[in-house]
Amino acid sequence: METFDIFISILGSTIRLSIPLIFTALAGLFSERAGVFDIGLEGKMLAGAFAAACVAYLTGSAFAGLGAAIVVSMIFSLIHGFASITSRGNQIVSGVALNFVAAGLAVVLGHAWFGQGGRTPTVANDARFQPITLPGVDMMRDVPFIGPIYANVISGNNLLTYLAFLAVPLSWWVLYRTRFGLRLRAVGENPGAVDTAGISVIWLRYRATLVAGFLCGFSGAYLAIAQSAAFINNMSAGKGYIALAALIFAKWKPVPVLFACLLFGFLDAFANFMQGKAVPGLGEVPVQIFQALPYVLTCVLLAGFIGVARPPKAGGVAYTKER
Amino acid sequence: MVDVAAIELLGIDKRFGSVHANKNISLSVAKGSIHGIIGENGAGKSTLMSILYGFYQADSGEIRVSGKPVSIRDSQAAIAVGIGMVHQHFMLVENFTVLENLMLGAEGGAFLGRGADAARNELKRLEAEYGLDVDPDAVVEELPVGLQQRVEILKALYRGAEILILDEPTGVLTPSEADHLFKILEQLRDQGKTVLFITHKLREIMAVTDTVSVMRRGEMVATVKTKETSVEELAELMVGRRVLLRVEKQAANPGDVLLSVKNLTVKDGRGVVMVDNVSFDVRAGEITGIAGVAGNGQSELLEAIAGIRKPVSGEIYVNGELLTAANPAKLRDMGLAHIPEDRHHMGLVLPFEENENSMLGYHHDPLYGAGPFLDLEAIRKDAADKIEKYDIRPPDPRLKTANFSGGNQQKIVCAREIERDPKILIIGQPTRGVDIGAIEFIHRRIIEMRDAGKAVLLVSVELDEIRGLSDRVLVMFAGHVVGETAPDADEKTLGLMMAGIAA
Repeated sequence: METFDIFISILGSTIRLSIPLIFTALAGLFSERAGVFDIGLEGKMLAGAFAAACVAYLTGSAFAGLGAAIVVSMIFSLIHGFASITSRGNQIVSGVALNFVAAGLAVVLGHAWFGQGGRTPTVANDARFQPITLPGVDMMRDVPFIGPIYANVISGNNLLTYLAFLAVPLSWWVLYRTRFGLRLRAVGENPGAVDTAGISVIWLRYRATLVAGFLCGFSGAYLAIAQSAAFINNMSAGKGYIALAALIFAKWKPVPVLFACLLFGFLDAFANFMQGKAVPGLGEVPVQIFQALPYVLTCVLLAGFIGVARPPKAGGVAYTKER
Repeated sequence: MVDVAAIELLGIDKRFGSVHANKNISLSVAKGSIHGIIGENGAGKSTLMSILYGFYQADSGEIRVSGKPVSIRDSQAAIAVGIGMVHQHFMLVENFTVLENLMLGAEGGAFLGRGADAARNELKRLEAEYGLDVDPDAVVEELPVGLQQRVEILKALYRGAEILILDEPTGVLTPSEADHLFKILEQLRDQGKTVLFITHKLREIMAVTDTVSVMRRGEMVATVKTKETSVEELAELMVGRRVLLRVEKQAANPGDVLLSVKNLTVKDGRGVVMVDNVSFDVRAGEITGIAGVAGNGQSELLEAIAGIRKPVSGEIYVNGELLTAANPAKLRDMGLAHIPEDRHHMGLVLPFEENENSMLGYHHDPLYGAGPFLDLEAIRKDAADKIEKYDIRPPDPRLKTANFSGGNQQKIVCAREIERDPKILIIGQPTRGVDIGAIEFIHRRIIEMRDAGKAVLLVSVELDEIRGLSDRVLVMFAGHVVGETAPDADEKTLGLMMAGIAA
């Protein structure tokens, strides 16, 4: 039965670690399908996490923290939009710059306001997103196999986790079943077609990046006031880039994004689990090897093992009317 | 005139900085007619149409649709007054289905479900009414070009266009596809739609229009009934002087084989075989033309011969010597000059000064300087000589190349390559985007090269050009040379060969 417990534990941890990736990769999906590359996901997430921790600490409300994370992350989106859509600057440069700004600003402001070396004070438990116990857990617990999964993996997560899983079908629906989605996909492929159809390319792309900011707010809040209880310097730890890799791996499609994020989350969970454990036949292996796995996988996948990933055709290019 | 005109332009004027693109243009287009607008590149046709479709605002002047003055501030406004446009470069989302492309911008509500059904029904109705069949669920990028264009036309009709503007619509079509398009246009006219047809090809104007307006240097110089005019008259109106439309030349006097291609196979960047086991010879004193619709391997063939693209297999002999995949510099030393298809991407460095471009690639020649140093004075002198000889305007070797017109840019490339007096000249699309006056000049130069005993390989998608210049014609389709004909073979035969239906 012990292997089953391990399985349950790794599964639960996989889900917890995948949530910020899912929100962030979906954010990237909206932005990039509209033709705006967003390497600044990492920065938006970090800024969102900082805002969430600050506001949740000050107000004692998790929802106020989430709101702050969303607002700050969307402001970053607007800056990215102004630089790369309105001013037609290089989207990569703008995104990288925002990552630096977020990382630096969070530490500087955090230190100035709280004097704890860049981290925020610990947020009280009721100012965090608490685990939700789903109905019938006690009844289900004793059912073999399904019971423990329901009790320990499906139930007992916080609100944001459930929202992340809801966000996937919702994103799919928006993208493929609404006017906004149709136009968004079109503008990432051929902005000329959108313009000549009498639709504003600029406004459409702004809305797409704002959606990206909105979703990054959730992943930031998750990091600071759901998974942890404070903002810690560089707590996003490259998750924004992993989310980008997952996005490419998933070929810019919502449902594959979910599975790609779960895969990366699993590797992360596995690395945590292997900490200090002996590998049969090898003995103890430095944990860094496992921690490096997601990055190795990223390299391998992006090096072409996933077939041709065709990015949105107009991605990375600011729109200028012809002639 | 009994009817109110479908479109009236009164005193339209537009400037871009110092360029006066449209000078006080007035035009009246009768409802239910096909009205051609012809003019050289840069005459202002596209600007005028862009104003009509709301891409630009006129500085002054008035637009009337069905007698009512309208203000067309953007494309949405143009669509609202019933103007639809089929762009030269299709404005389609390639990985969308036909239906999705149709719906874009006219979705019929925030959610797609109901709108899609309505669009499907409307598409069926349009198909029935105009005979424009197309599978609504086909992905656009998988459709042949002719059908993609049909989707563009359907898009305009779907939005309720009464007035259809087509901007250079035949550039990407085979002759038979073009003829089919003309039939569609006639049918649209017969159903009461008004068609504005922009082109620089005289043949098409004569084939399909009812009336034709001629633009020259931003001015509308004439509007005439097509039946009452002739190709010669229109050409003269376009250029402002008499032009020779047919190239005059003596019979060829073929000599030795100077360029020989044997079983050549070439793949493009995606790894697709574009040239498949092609063999032919080019003789001294002869122009060998390669006809074909763009994208059938001509570009890759040229690049392989010019040493830019490495062939997968096969051999290329230059002057009897095996030179497969030699580098371009070596080929140049062997006397092979290359006028590339795309002067902007391969022929010129646009931000450079004219004199720099006029020797680029030959800069190692001691004529232009010793050792690592350039002799600027010699380069500029040499450029000035070429400018005079080729009548390149403006005659300023220090001017940025981007500031020359397309025709003059092409002359810069021609001067550079031809004045080296090569033994073999390979040319791709010598007159693409070049005005009639310059076309005449460039054609004469090519004939002169032939008469001087050079071997010339000419690749062009312009059938008239191939037929006018070549001494023999090879037709390429899907990477194969599907046949050889004499240049005076009739257009239908050539068209069928170009479409892969071997005669």
